[in-house]
Parts: sequence; structure tokens; C-alpha cells
Amino acid sequence: MEKGKVRILIAKVGLDGHDRGAKYIAQALRDKGYEVIYTGIRQTPEDIVKAAIQEDAQFVGLSLLSGAHNQLFPKVVQLLKEKGAEDIVVFGGGVIPADDIPFLKSQGIKEIFPPGTTIDEVVDFIEKTLKDAAH
Amino acid sequence: MGEKTLKDEKERWENSTLKNFVAKAPERQKEFATVSQNPVSTLYTPLDFEEKDYLEKLGFPGEYPFTRGIYPNMYRGRLWTMRQYAGFGTAEQSNQRFKYLLDQGQTGLSVAFDLPTQVGYDSDHPLAEGEVGKVGVAIDSLADMEILFEGIPLDKVSTSMTINAPAAILLSMYIAVAEKQGVPRSELRGTIQNDILKEYIARGTYIFPPKPSMRLVVDTLAFCAREMPKWNPISISGYHIREAGADAVQEVAFTLADAIEYCKAAQQAGMDIDQFAPQLSFFFAAHNDLFEEVAKFRAARRLWAKIMKEKFHAQDPRSMMLRFHTQTGGSTLTAQQPDNNVVRVAIQALAAVLGGTQSLHTNSRDEALGLPTEKSVQIALRTQQIIAYESGVTNTVDPLGGSYYLEHLTDQIEKRAQEYLERIESMGSMVEAIELGYIQREIQASAYKYQKSIESGERIIVGLNKFKTEEESPQEILKVDPRLRELQIKRIQEVKQKRNNEKVNAILKKIEDVASTGENLVPYFIEAVKAYATLGEITGALRKVFGEYQQQVIF
Repeated sequence: MEKGKVRILIAKVGLDGHDRGAKYIAQALRDKGYEVIYTGIRQTPEDIVKAAIQEDAQFVGLSLLSGAHNQLFPKVVQLLKEKGAEDIVVFGGGVIPADDIPFLKSQGIKEIFPPGTTIDEVVDFIEKTLKDAAH
Repeated sequence: MGEKTLKDEKERWENSTLKNFVAKAPERQKEFATVSQNPVSTLYTPLDFEEKDYLEKLGFPGEYPFTRGIYPNMYRGRLWTMRQYAGFGTAEQSNQRFKYLLDQGQTGLSVAFDLPTQVGYDSDHPLAEGEVGKVGVAIDSLADMEILFEGIPLDKVSTSMTINAPAAILLSMYIAVAEKQGVPRSELRGTIQNDILKEYIARGTYIFPPKPSMRLVVDTLAFCAREMPKWNPISISGYHIREAGADAVQEVAFTLADAIEYCKAAQQAGMDIDQFAPQLSFFFAAHNDLFEEVAKFRAARRLWAKIMKEKFHAQDPRSMMLRFHTQTGGSTLTAQQPDNNVVRVAIQALAAVLGGTQSLHTNSRDEALGLPTEKSVQIALRTQQIIAYESGVTNTVDPLGGSYYLEHLTDQIEKRAQEYLERIESMGSMVEAIELGYIQREIQASAYKYQKSIESGERIIVGLNKFKTEEESPQEILKVDPRLRELQIKRIQEVKQKRNNEKVNAILKKIEDVASTGENLVPYFIEAVKAYATLGEITGALRKVFGEYQQQVIF
């Protein structure tokens, strides 16, 4: 699939306003040729799921730095499922302790990118996921 | 040696000694620059700073333009206030952490509130899900505030509260707790952040649109000018602007632009500049580029003094003094090899002290991983104590002053910040520049460029993109109990059962009425919190009148 046809929603879930990372990822993915929508800060899981479906996104990247990830990330996955949109791939990033990652993955978050992640690592993940889905 | 001779000699040195040396051993980079893109030459000499500039640009500490410091003898008298930002979980847990920090020799408190508190929601609000007690303490009503300061004599400590949109309400709770302890409000020392403009730019915890938000700020300035002479009713913050990706020049420029806007608003409300300006305080970040950071603090001081004198015609020297708190740069810390962060924080804290800060928070090494542990907080505080008691930099005023390089950088930062201020003024005002998205785009461009330079390897971050090691096993991290929200909800229910609900409803109605007039709201907030109206109820009354801010997404 051409990159320009891949739609990615970058979303700030929860109440924290730290959007430097989310904006960087959004802008850098756009520069890599993807179609990127950024939601802005302070979005609820409901807002995000609605936007993801409306925008026909294939990926939702969640960013959160307040520590509420264990509650809010799984909620996004669960709501997508309820709306029949479980094919949308959810990944996340932010200040997320390493020992929370297995739990988040068990809840359907496909990948977690901790601080220090490069854009190429995110691109590799997206491309690999697309390739696996095509098989 | 005359000036001409020095100039000739320097040219000779450049064309012979330096040139020959570099021809044989090329330099590491073609060009050198600070983190904020100030070009850096091989050598600075008296040619970069002339003695005749001394009186005009530097002067003497404690006197205009305050470049060298706001007090005549700086840390020879009193050291800066060591103030670690803390707070998490319940009021009981945070109270314990405060007492621990005071026992460890900390000299002031700094309260972190959780996000629902910061955006004016009680813990039982649906949007509080997952967030209660996470990045700070949850405060729903005066009942929580009473527990938070239990056993801490409020006439003895100074307390800084990182609270913005609902700052006036939290200040009211603090006053109420103090009065219960028998401490009058006129005796209270501390700070509320109360800097709403940077929330729209960078930090995100706004509630209301800019206009009514500015009114709340002005109400607080007026109230404190009248009743709380020892209190800082605002801490105009460059910290979050920097953390969002701004460089040092933008940090100074945008912070001072915000400050100018508050001054204008207070004047429009009928206050005289010298009535409130002595109570304005500032808050900056300290990052890794040591000389640039020291220069930044000095440039900010000089520029602010000039603005107050020349633009606002302040008469009182205290109006011209830029007093500031500093925090080391959270965004400079790495999750990789977290112990390296101790060294980064030490350099940054040194920059703050060499820059003449009035108070300082040193970050803990594990902040890129989660909430800091007690051990990490202790190392961070010890870092300040080592600088204070062992390094010797406190023995004289502005010890780097007169460094040719530092003075050159100070001039550069002041000049570039001044250019930004002129551009903002040409847009009408800071509020307009924010509404146009200009400020956000400038910051975003810097942030993007900075991150790109790390990813390309052009900028080296030790342990992140160079000198990597196998990751050590994850260390201990402080976690907040997710059941905490239930405890808070239970407490809200108890409070609502015990209080006089008729009285609460009457005062909430009154707040709604006063919000639509021009009368100062603060006395009504005090009355409401004393009746145990919750934070969510009070901001709810204001939301009805003021509406809510809808952010524009800029990226």
C-alpha cells in the first residue's frame, strides 16, 4: 500500500497537555508520506474512537504522560471493538513504565514506544503491521 | 594595551597560530552553536565586551538593570529556596512526602496537583477516570486541603502551588486552612502559578477562554496587592514553553510577552504598575548548555528591568526586579541509563545558581520513567545542597559576570528576545499572537528541528544516540494505587453530607452572579471553600458564565 493512502490518527487521551511528543510523531509521520490527523489534547476515549472511525484511520497512536495509560489505553481498544472497528491498530507512547507494557499488550495495544523512540522505529512498526495484514 | 592593538593582535593570532593549528588538526565541527542556535566563536576577548558598556549593561547587583542579580550580595546573605515539586495520591500521602522533604532540609514546599484538580473537575467527574492522584495530589474540597497541610505550620513555610485556571480557588483554600491554624492571610508566603496564557501556548490545563481567564488573573493580582503582601499571585512561566520545545531565546521572549500582557490587563483594570509589579514572579527552565542558560537568566533580568522602566514607567525598583524560580529541564532527561540524569541535573542546577535564581527544583533521575522515588528525590535535593555548601560559587555575586563569552551571549539573547517582542507587539498583543497560532508554530518548529537533530545524530545525547549500553533492569518506580479514586469519591460524598447544602447553593449562585459583573471574585471563592463547596462545583458555576476554551489544533 502506498504510504499516502495509510491514514494514522495521533491522539492525546486523558487530561495531560504534554503534546511535544505527539506533535513530533504526527509531523514526522506526515513527512514520511503518511496521511496523519492529530486530535489535539484532552480527548476522551470516546472522542478518539469517533474520530478514528470518521477519519477512516488504519492506525491510532495514543500519547499519554500522566500515568493514566492502564485505564485509558485499553478503553480505546475496547470501544473500537464495540463499534466493530477492531481492525484499527492501536499503539501508544509516553512516560510508560516498562513493567506496564505486558499488561497493555495483553489488552490489545499492539506496540508501546517509550521515551527515546525514533521515528524510524515507528515507521518500521507501521510497515511491518501492514505487511503482516496483507498476508 | 589599546583597543586597536588588541584587534590587530587578535587578527594576527587568528591568521597564524589558530589557522596553522586547525590546518593540521581540523575542528570537530565546521560551525559551533549553542543549543538555541546562538553562533559560538573559537575565542572571546575584551573586543566582545567593552569596559565602557559596564555601567549601562551590567551595573551593580541590587540596582537597575539588575543584570548581575536582584540583591546586592546575593547568596552571601541567604541561599536560594530549595523547593522540590511534590505531591501524588491522596492528601495524606502528599502530606507525608512534604514532611519527609522538610526533614531532609528542604526550605519551601511546592505542591503538585493532579490533572482533574488542575482543570477544575472533582474526582468523581467522568473525565477524571484514570487521572486521580497521578501527577499530583487530588484536591476536591477544603477537607483535602486541611489534610494536605496537617501539622505543617503555614506561618513558617512558604508554599508554591502549581495551579493555573482554578488558581484563585486553591489560593482561597490555602487561606482557609491557614486561618484555621490561626495564621492571618497577610502573613502567608508563597506562590500560585496562575499564569493562564502559557496554558494556551504550552501546558494545556486551561478551562475558560482567554478573556475571563485574564479577569481571574487580574482579580487575584488585585486581591493579593490589597491583602497578601508577602504572596506572589503569579509565577509567569517560561518553563513549560521551554519544555514544549522552545529554545532559550523563545523562552525569554514569550515569557516576558505574557508578563507584558498581564501588566497591561491590570493597568486596564485600574491598577497602578507599582501597586502590583513588585509581586510578579517568574519561572524558568535550566537546560544543559551551561553558559547559554546563565546568559539567559541575566538577559531576562536586564530586559525585564528595561521594559518595566521604559514601557510601563515603573518607579519602584522592586517592580523592575525579575525574581524567578527555576526547575531543571524534564525534557532533557533520558529514560536510557537514568543515572546519567543526575549529572545533567547538576549542570542545570549550577546554571540556575550562576544565573542568580531565587528558588530551585532539581529533577529526579527517574522522571522519564515515572514518578520519582524517595531515594531519587533525595539525590536531587542533595545536588542543590552540594552546590550550595561545597562548590564555592555562592561566595561572590554573579561569578561568571565579565566572562567575554557570557557577556556576548547575554547580549545576543537579549537582542533576539527583543526582536520577538517587537514582532508580537506588531501583531497587536500576546493574546492575539496566541490566537493566530504564531507562538505555537514557532515553538513547534524549534521542537521539530531539535528532535530531528537528535535522530540524525547531529546532536549527541549520551546514552540515547551514542554511548549506548545494554539496558539495566528496570529499577524501582513509584506507583499510585488505582483504587485511590474510590477513596476520593467517598470523601466527596461525606463532605456533601456533612456541610450545609443550602448555604453552598446560595454562595454558588452568588459566584455566578458576580462572575457576570466586574466585582472581584476572590472573596466569594473564600466564602465558598469555607462552606466546603467543591472545586468542581465552583468551577462549574464559572463555566456556566465564562464558557470553556476550545483549543485550535496546530501542528
